[in-house]
Amino acid sequence: MSKSQILTHAKGQQVVLQLDKINKIFNEGTPLANHVLHDVSLQVSRGELVALVGTSGSGKSTLLNSMGLLDVYSSGELRIQGHLTQGMSEQQRTQLRSESIGFVFQFHHLISAFSAIDNVLMPLMLRFGKPNKEQTEYAKYLLNEVGLAEYADKPTNRLSGGQQQRVAIARALVTRPALVLADEPTGNLDTQTADEVFDLFERFNVEHKCAIVIVTHDPRLSARCPRTIRLTDGRIVYDGASADLPNEFTKTV
Amino acid sequence: MLFVNSIKHLHNSLWIEWRIAIRFLADNPLQTLLISVAISVGAAVIVFITALIMGLQSNIIDKTLGTQAHIRIEATQQHNNFSEFPDGKYVWAMESPRAQRLQSINNWQEVRDALDQNSVFNTVSPLISGPAFATKGTARASVALMGIDPKRYIGIINLKDYLTDGRFSIEASDILIGYQLAEDLGLQTGDKLRIDAGDNLQSVMNVAGIFELGVRELDSRYVYTSLKQAQTLLNLPGGITILEIKIDDVFSADYWAQRTQKLTGLYVQSWMESNGQLLNALSSQSMTTQMIRIFVAMSVIFGIASVLAVSVVQRTREIGILRAMGSSQQQILRVFLLQGGLLGLAGSLLGVFIGFTLIEIFNAIDAKLFVIRLESSTMLSAIFIATLAGVLAAMVPARRAAKYDPAVAIRYV
Repeated sequence: MSKSQILTHAKGQQVVLQLDKINKIFNEGTPLANHVLHDVSLQVSRGELVALVGTSGSGKSTLLNSMGLLDVYSSGELRIQGHLTQGMSEQQRTQLRSESIGFVFQFHHLISAFSAIDNVLMPLMLRFGKPNKEQTEYAKYLLNEVGLAEYADKPTNRLSGGQQQRVAIARALVTRPALVLADEPTGNLDTQTADEVFDLFERFNVEHKCAIVIVTHDPRLSARCPRTIRLTDGRIVYDGASADLPNEFTKTV
Repeated sequence: MLFVNSIKHLHNSLWIEWRIAIRFLADNPLQTLLISVAISVGAAVIVFITALIMGLQSNIIDKTLGTQAHIRIEATQQHNNFSEFPDGKYVWAMESPRAQRLQSINNWQEVRDALDQNSVFNTVSPLISGPAFATKGTARASVALMGIDPKRYIGIINLKDYLTDGRFSIEASDILIGYQLAEDLGLQTGDKLRIDAGDNLQSVMNVAGIFELGVRELDSRYVYTSLKQAQTLLNLPGGITILEIKIDDVFSADYWAQRTQKLTGLYVQSWMESNGQLLNALSSQSMTTQMIRIFVAMSVIFGIASVLAVSVVQRTREIGILRAMGSSQQQILRVFLLQGGLLGLAGSLLGVFIGFTLIEIFNAIDAKLFVIRLESSTMLSAIFIATLAGVLAAMVPARRAAKYDPAVAIRYV
């Protein structure tokens, strides 16, 4: 897989996420230093649905956290919607994160003290304070889209795992982000529920034209993403159409 | 306009912090309840002990000052005058202090009128006081003859309140005597009493009323009569020996005594000088109270801090989620500061209520004890300080929460 192919893939489209030679070293400068990401370069364009695969410890989650500005990478260039993130203050990173990125995590990670609708509205409330009518309507629309309209005012700990994950997806979309990052969103769900949740990702990917990067262990799901990036020991070993993923990789997934 | 916008923005952004703080507290009702009760016990102790000591002290001061003036002005003491020494010569002189005979304050009417002009002085009352003997039959007692201007003197000691028998009258030959003296001499109201001030100055008086000031010394010695009678008996026609003053703020007595001394050149003494021991006792009592309050407040602060520290750990993952959802470090900080403040507020509201109840119970138990009044300023300051303490206590845990690395926090299980 050469770099030219990646560029071809993204050609003519709006680039949402651009990584150039990203390195991540934990405990840098100490005897415990652990080089997790090696010169990772990739681009994700508007409307793409990308599976990020690899064995445990290959650096997928670290890469995702770096892309989501949750973690600071050690070197390289990272641009989100053209904004260079080097040298940004914590405040600027927080702002960019809240404006451009939506997150979905493996353990749905809702805030149990709040109702489903409040969880969906949380990113907006953190940014703008009390939600206005339009924002509330949009949150209701999203909850309806994920099939949970009647659970809006229920505390989230009364919902099943699949329902909670659907609330989390609605929450990730409420700010109309350009990029949604999902860290094993179906890892905790049974096959049928996982498929339903993945359907939602596909639908929102098409309807909202947001770029989605999904970290997954599930080969069935990664096969449903048009594009797969495979990471081994912190290096990209494959980046291209999922259908063309060499068999040697699919076996080990 | 920019200012209005930024205020609006602040209000809008604080809205969610409030919401999260309240939800976090409500989400863990047992923990919130326990720490609120702990805070309220602390606040109740502080409120109760403050009110108790304040009540006790004001009671002691009231009792002490109930039977004495705040400021006393006396004639300057008599001293020896020396003729001028011739130049270049040393003079050795042995001086024996002068005997202080009873003497009047010069121009006391003018001094009184001048002092009357000062609105700080509630009452300026002339008094002539000197020694005498009271005899009934063969029984004899030494007394202090007090000649007073009744209209003014009730502003110093309201004798009407202390009367146990008879009526308040010092007209003509009417006198008021203490109940102890009445017992000693076997007197009742209406009885006659001979007052002998020496130098063949004596008069037979009519006991119009008997009072009980509650101070044995005064109840066995004071004999109140009119200025004119006392002046005649003590052989100081038209004179008085003391001007007594009452003021509103009893603790400013020293200051006004000094000013009056400078103004009149007379010998002026405040109650604070003549009750140094008492004031000393009161101030060490206040210091002890202050210590108790500080230690209780400290335990409350550490209680809030430890509960919030636990809460921050419990909420690690949720803090990580909030950060991922776009909350700033400051927002997380404020969420926990608000929780501290809310705990302080809720706990102290409850605590003030408990303290108030304790005081009501104390007051109801025994009416003979002094009455504690709980000032609303005490309550308000307790609530204010507790809320502030809650915010302060939350500082360390809140900073820790704000500093969490979201990538790590979010994986916390």
